[in-house]
This record gives sequence, C-alpha cells and structure tokens, in this order.
Amino acid sequence: MMRIVLEPRPSPLPFMRIVAPIIALVLTVIVSSLLFLSLGLNPLSTLEIFFIEPLSTLNGVSEWLLKASPLILIGLGITIGIRANVWNIGAEGMFTVGAIAAGWLAITFGGGNHIWLLPAMILAGALGGMAWAAIPAFLKVKANANEILVTLMLNYVAALILSYLVNGPMQDPEGMNYPQTAAFDPSAMFPPLVEGMRINGSIVITVVAVILAWLFLDRSFVGFQMSVGGAAPAAARYAGFNQSRSIWVGLLVSGATAGLAGMMEAAGPLGQLTPVLSPGYGFTAIIVAFVGRLTPIGVVFGGLLLSLLYLGGEAVQMSLSLPASVTRTFQGTLLFFLLAADVLILYRIRIRRR
Amino acid sequence: MIEHLLVPILSGTIVAATPLIYAAIGELVAERSGVVNLGVEGIMLIGTVTAFAVAFAGYPAFVAGLAAAGAGALASLVFAVLALSLATNQYAAGLALTILGSGLSAFIGHNFGSASLKTIAKIHVPILSDLPVIGPVLFAHDAMTYLALAITAAVWWFLYRTKAGLVVRIVGEAPQSAHAIGYPVIFIRYLTTMFGGSMAGLGGAYLALAYTPLWVENMTAGRGWIALALVVFAAWRPGRVLLGAWLFGGVTVLQLFAQGIGIKVPSELLSSLPYIATIIVLVAISRNPQTLRLNAPVSLGQSFRPQG
Repeated sequence: MMRIVLEPRPSPLPFMRIVAPIIALVLTVIVSSLLFLSLGLNPLSTLEIFFIEPLSTLNGVSEWLLKASPLILIGLGITIGIRANVWNIGAEGMFTVGAIAAGWLAITFGGGNHIWLLPAMILAGALGGMAWAAIPAFLKVKANANEILVTLMLNYVAALILSYLVNGPMQDPEGMNYPQTAAFDPSAMFPPLVEGMRINGSIVITVVAVILAWLFLDRSFVGFQMSVGGAAPAAARYAGFNQSRSIWVGLLVSGATAGLAGMMEAAGPLGQLTPVLSPGYGFTAIIVAFVGRLTPIGVVFGGLLLSLLYLGGEAVQMSLSLPASVTRTFQGTLLFFLLAADVLILYRIRIRRR
Repeated sequence: MIEHLLVPILSGTIVAATPLIYAAIGELVAERSGVVNLGVEGIMLIGTVTAFAVAFAGYPAFVAGLAAAGAGALASLVFAVLALSLATNQYAAGLALTILGSGLSAFIGHNFGSASLKTIAKIHVPILSDLPVIGPVLFAHDAMTYLALAITAAVWWFLYRTKAGLVVRIVGEAPQSAHAIGYPVIFIRYLTTMFGGSMAGLGGAYLALAYTPLWVENMTAGRGWIALALVVFAAWRPGRVLLGAWLFGGVTVLQLFAQGIGIKVPSELLSSLPYIATIIVLVAISRNPQTLRLNAPVSLGQSFRPQG
C-alpha cells in the first residue's frame, strides 16, 4: 500500500509562501480548462475570454480596479482578524449594514446638496459595519459564543433587514413598487476618476487602508500582540496580552472595512440600495486574504486576482452563456489548491511503500 | 378547532427538522473524532443538486438519495485529504468546500431552472396513521423522515455501545494516545468525515426530494451552518440533536404559519427568526464554560500528526 507522508522540513521554506498562490492558480487554470473541455468548449479561447479579454480595454481595467477595491478592503479586515485567530465570515452582513447606514443618509439628506454628505456617509458605512461586528464580538467575549457561526447567521439577518427596508420604509416612492431605494443624489456619490468610466474616488479609501493595515500589522505593538495571540494563545496569555481586546479589534476592524466597502458599492457603481448589493464579496475576501498570505501588500494582489475571476465569469456568461456561478466554482477550487500548496512551506511530501 | 392548527404545525416541525437531523448527526460523528467540517453547507448543496439531477433523470427517489449520499461522501473526501492528510487548517478547508459546493451546485443546477420534482410518497401506517392528532403528526411522513430518526438512534448506539464507537471518541479526546495504542487516527477520521459528508448529502437530498422539490440556487439557506450550531447546542450528544432540530423546525414552521395568516409583523423579521434563534441558543449553551469544556471533544479542530 502506498502512503503519503508529510516530512517536516528542517526549516520553513519562506519563498513557498509566494510560490504557493502561483501553483494554486496554475492548477485552477488546468482544472478549469478540463471543465471547459468537458462542456465542449475550446479551452484556450475560453481562457482567453476569461482572463485576457476583460483587461484588453481601458474600461475593462476600470471595472477590474472597481471590483478589486472592495475585495482588497474587506480582505484587509479579514486578514487582521485571522492573524488574531478571529474568523469573521460575516463580512457580507457587515457590508450590507454599512451600505444601509450610508444609504439612509443619502436618501434623507440627498436633496440638500450638502458638502458634508459624502464624508458622513463614509463614516456611517464604517460605523454600520462595526456595529454589526460588535454583536459577535460582544457575544464571543461575554458568552464565549462561536464567532464563526454567529457572524454567518448575521449575514442572513442583515440580508433580510435590507430586503425589508427596500420593500418598505426606504423604498423609492416613485419607483413603481420596485424593491429599491431612490437613486442617490450626485452629492451622495463618489465622483468618477475618469469621465465615462465607473472607477471612482472611493479607491483612495482602499489605498489608505492598505497603508494603515501595513502600519498596524507590521509596525504597531497592538498588531504584534494580536498576531502572537493568534499564533500562540498560551504564550500570549503568559505575556499578559489581552485576548478579549484581540477579539474586539479583530472583529471591529473587519466590520469597519466591510461596512466601508458596502458604502463604496452603494455610493459608487450601484448609486442606490437594491435587495442584493454584493456578489459574495464578503466570502471572496476570505480567499483574498489567504491568497494575500495574510499580509496587506499580498491582499492587494489577491484582490486583483479574485476581481479578475469575477470579470472572467461575467465575460464567459455573456459570450458563451455559461452560468455566472462558474466564478464561485473557480474561487473554491483556487482556495483548495492554495491550502494544499501551502503544505509545502512546512513539509516535504514523501510517498512511501509499506 | 385547535387540531386544525396544531396538527399541521407539529407535522411541519418534524418535516422541517429532518434535513437538520441528517446534517447535524453526521457532523456530530465527525466532531466526536476531532474534525470540524465547516463545509457542511456546501456538501448539502451538492447533495441537493445531485438528488435533483438523478431524480430529474427519471430514477426512483431512493437512487437519488443514495447518489446524494455518495456525492456528499466524495465532497467530504476532498476536504479530508486537505484537512487530515495534508493537515491544513480545518476551518479554511471547510470554508473552501462551502464556497466550492455553492458554486458547483449553482453551476450544475442552472439546467433545472424552473423544473420541479414529484415529492416522495408518505407512508400510511394502518391504524396508527388514522389516530387523531398523533396519527397525522407522527405516522404520516415519508421514509426519509423515519430514516433520520433511525440513523440518530444507530449513531447513539454506535458511539456509546460499541467498541468502534469508543475508539472514535478516544480519537477525538486523545489522538496521541489512540495513536500510541495502535489505532489509525487519520484513517478513522477519514471514515467519520465521510460519514458526515454522506449524511449532509442526504440532508440536502431531503430538501430536493421532499421539502421544496424545486431547484433554487443556495436553497439550503444556511441549514448546513445551523446544523453546525446544533452540534454545539447538543453538547455533542446524539439525543439532543433531535431536540435541537425539532426546536429549529418548530421556529421555522411557526414563522411560516405566522406569515401565512398575515400577522402584522414584517415577513422579513419572521424569516430571520431561525437565524436569530440559532444565535440565542449558541449564546445560551456557550455561556457556561463548563458545558463546553466538559463536552467538547478535546482535539476538536486540531490537525493530527503522529509523534514518535
């Protein structure tokens, strides 16, 4: 019988941390080619439609960055959480609540052409996400309730609240009963960066967040304490690091980034609230964090890659009428291969006979 | 008068609880051996779409159920290779499976756009089914509902009355000791994980074959996650899984009835009740640290690498 044995390396192989995502991507492309082949499609031309064509125009690049921005932003928050061993899989809900909070301001004060409206919406988005994240943080710290399950359950609750609002109190009175709010006033929207394209000023928020996250994780003592607490809880307790604070910080930061991302989506490409705001950004951002090796700079690359997967999915949906869910299938495959390839950082794989 | 309301509510509770029982009892066995599989939701979806596809192709329901169980076991095998053989983080591997299952099921399921299936037959037990109240509530369900109860009883018997069950529990409590005595820890965890996967597949199949025989993307609607919460609520004991599942089935059915009779509460608030109930129940059970410490398998969620 053959046996696969993991043999610990004498020391970890740091460059594998960077190579592993590339291995994972190559394997994902191979698997997706096989899938295309089984559907009777030419794999090469399909891959071209999937990965190359979306970026072949300036507008395509604008869409690429537009989708990467929320993924990077949420991915940063999730990274900080996972570093502290706090698993936030409720970013989708925090995204929604952030968008609702900002959307309420937009609808209430949109007519007045206030200069403070957009900054207030940014604040409201972050606070809304943090408020939603405070629930699992409180329940984890005070009642030891598993944050994975609580954050996940709250995704459904947030989606239902949004559905209630756009069908009721926040519905556009002149919207022919469509479940959506009125379109936001221009003073409640990010100005476009390039005329005629959807890429807008909100990308500045993401750039600033990348820098702040880097400073926090690599340069601050709290960030260091959180990472130690996540990697070696016993050592952290011995050193007197505060575990409750890690949970609060991990969840509130990821709540703020997810809420901001929701606000950016509402005040950017959507320009209103609709029953579905996010094509699964909250979950995809978890993959972004892993592809990004749980580092802020890596998350930028992860966000760009996963954004491209979204665009590719849309492209094959339009030109080959494949279902859009092909994107989620690839996302899951990518994470699988990435986790598998990561094993090579610490272990050699040996096949033994016995 | 009360019969007209009570009977459908109680009977509906048992139906709504059935997919949760399958998914939770399977995950319970995996967790007793130390494996947390956050992919339950994804496996359920794969089970649902498999059952739908097989039944849609004209095969009888039991073939569809078997196929779903097989597909669930296969999906959990992918998780097991990653989490057990390659010793990756179990949470991450489970999440990957949930994302993959959601994508794959939607990809396959888009062929069934608005197709619907015939629900599986209810068993009519002579005499018993004709009893007032008790008859329609307890003795007028389909075979899969009873199978879920039988499997729960079998799992209880296996875990507490057989040597193999004892070994599974030892593997969960003290994997290094189990390894030292000579038990193949990883292999045993493969078996429990795949049992969990096949049960989640069956739970998903129940949705397609009996509950809502109409394909909708992500139609499990978080039941896999609720099942994971149920295992905690049950303090890893099979009997209490039933209790928890009926509780959640009851909440689900009550809110549907409340919506049906047009109670002046937004339907979204009612629809969110099962999720809110899950959180409340988790908080209630986790508040006392003793409960978790005494009952949770010691090695839960930790990778095992043989030492020595």
